[in-house]
Amino acid sequence: MAKLIDGTRNKLSSRRGFLKAGLALGGMAATTGAIAGEGDPAILEKKDWVQYTGDGVDARPYGTPSEFEEHVTRKNVAWLTADPVSSVNFTPLHELDGIITPNGLCFERHHAGIAEIDPAEHRLMINGLVEKELVFTMEDLMRFPRENRVYFLECAANTGMEWHGSQLNGCQFTHGMIHNVMYTGIPLKYLLEEAGLKTNAKWLLPEGADASGMTRSLPLAKALEDCLVAFKMNGEALRPEQGYPLRLVVPGWEGNMWIKWLRRIEVGDQPWHHREETAKYTDLMENGKARHFTWEMDAKSVITNPSPQAPLLHKSGHTVLSGIAWSGRGKVDRVDISLDGGRNWRPARIDGLSLDKSMHRFYYEFDWDGSPLLLQSRAIDSTGYIQPTRNELRAIRGTNSIYHNNGIQTWHVKSDGEVENVEVS
Amino acid sequence: MSRFLKIALLATISISCSLPVLAGPLNIGREATSAEVLAWNIDVRPDGQGLPEGRGTVAWGEEVFAEKCASCHGDFGEGVDRWPVLAGGQGTLADEDPVKTIGSYWPYLSTVFDYVNRAMPFGEAQSLEADEVYAITAYILYLNDIVDDEEFELSKSNFMQHRLPNENGFFADPRLESPIAENKNACMKDCVPGVAKIVMRARTLDVTPDGEDNPSGGLN
Repeated sequence: MAKLIDGTRNKLSSRRGFLKAGLALGGMAATTGAIAGEGDPAILEKKDWVQYTGDGVDARPYGTPSEFEEHVTRKNVAWLTADPVSSVNFTPLHELDGIITPNGLCFERHHAGIAEIDPAEHRLMINGLVEKELVFTMEDLMRFPRENRVYFLECAANTGMEWHGSQLNGCQFTHGMIHNVMYTGIPLKYLLEEAGLKTNAKWLLPEGADASGMTRSLPLAKALEDCLVAFKMNGEALRPEQGYPLRLVVPGWEGNMWIKWLRRIEVGDQPWHHREETAKYTDLMENGKARHFTWEMDAKSVITNPSPQAPLLHKSGHTVLSGIAWSGRGKVDRVDISLDGGRNWRPARIDGLSLDKSMHRFYYEFDWDGSPLLLQSRAIDSTGYIQPTRNELRAIRGTNSIYHNNGIQTWHVKSDGEVENVEVS
Repeated sequence: MSRFLKIALLATISISCSLPVLAGPLNIGREATSAEVLAWNIDVRPDGQGLPEGRGTVAWGEEVFAEKCASCHGDFGEGVDRWPVLAGGQGTLADEDPVKTIGSYWPYLSTVFDYVNRAMPFGEAQSLEADEVYAITAYILYLNDIVDDEEFELSKSNFMQHRLPNENGFFADPRLESPIAENKNACMKDCVPGVAKIVMRARTLDVTPDGEDNPSGGLN
């Protein structure tokens, strides 16, 4: 200890190392609850930040999180795909709270890497079954009425690695192909009305400007109902990895349809059956037949804290359990919690904004006696749909459908507070 | 909550959800030229709409494939590392480990043409001539035993005569009619008999990043 205290008298260069060592010690004191000597060094010792001035306003023109949060990042599961250019990383859900995902932590899924587009050279074309085939510049688009909406985006393959049973230890990996942000965008129907839909128009083909030329067939009714052509997320420009300068927002529907780097929308009278809606994003059943056009994301929830990456270190006593829930068909009306592997349930408390097709935050506070727990959460949405167990899903779907796994997740909290991903009888 | 507040809240909600009704076109943007539409309108549909003029044989397709595709997909479409397998797998879709390829799973040949034309070769998209795309598509038919003559030539005019075996392997989303969607009774007490027992642990597999073993992937 004495050595470390001496360290505080050194100049700022040693500050970071000291803080890390101090944090580790502080963490230890907190977990044991023991305070040696006169009291807590965090109080008794004079800290650098109390004494010395810090960075001025010019040091961080675009702010980043504290250096003590540098472990909070998206992470890849390298074995999932052949190459990081056509791959996915995962949102660190266990490090977040509330309902909004920070832009830099929104999971990424690219099929040919990130397109880096100069907005001055970006165009949006509408062609096909319209009265006038149109081209818009970004400046043109800024003259349309716009709206602000908070929506979750979940990859259809989220939790897809768990079909055969527990596989990944961490809600970041089991459930992290989701984010929830506020979009600012133009209702797609305004753009379609500007071009003038022909009477036989029934389907759209939005297309990305990236090197995968991403396309999906989108029924016109959905486009007219609530789709947006968005250019901002959480108030600032879309991030390049989220489709800068323009992306499609398809509320409640699988993430693959939210075409990034949107450059063209073709209007047609039938679907295109392109690769991402035939070879991929179709759900293979046990009998060898496959569901297609499975667009909506079913009601789903997960406890984010505790979870394998976020153990319960306090051993026992008052405990806050937290998690997220969402539904592609509306709001989440209720989330139930089980501590005993689904035998008994009690309602959790939804806190904060409850918005249509948005993430909801829930909490459940209880007095933990330190004995092992089998934690589960179960979402019930505004249509009355109840999140099923994994086995209820498997009974209908088998285990080879990859996509749309919204089954109930179980976390085993051991008496030492460590958490593992398990399945229960 | 006071009545006034409730009314105020309702008013806020209705305002935030109502969109301006546009009286007519805003006259924003400009009409696309035919050259512009031609440059971007490359998509192909199962009914053949969008197919360009062109032709290519299996034999030539094999050469183009070896040069531009085989480094990822293998000489015979068998797939290198975790890159997609393009051939074989017919009759495996109901197996424990189904092999989903163009021959076993994809419903339409137009999907192959469209995808190769827009996204392949990976890292050099939209660099192929229409004839090369026809040739590669013909070679993929050959790899999947759908045509058996190396001199077979696929072209715009005969394209619609060739179908993939799994065209009827897909059906519409039935989720809203499933027993899961119909269950409206959320059990709260003694829902499952007996004490819950752990039947599987992620730790057993140990595939979480920083773990040691790498099973085969499936996303691509």
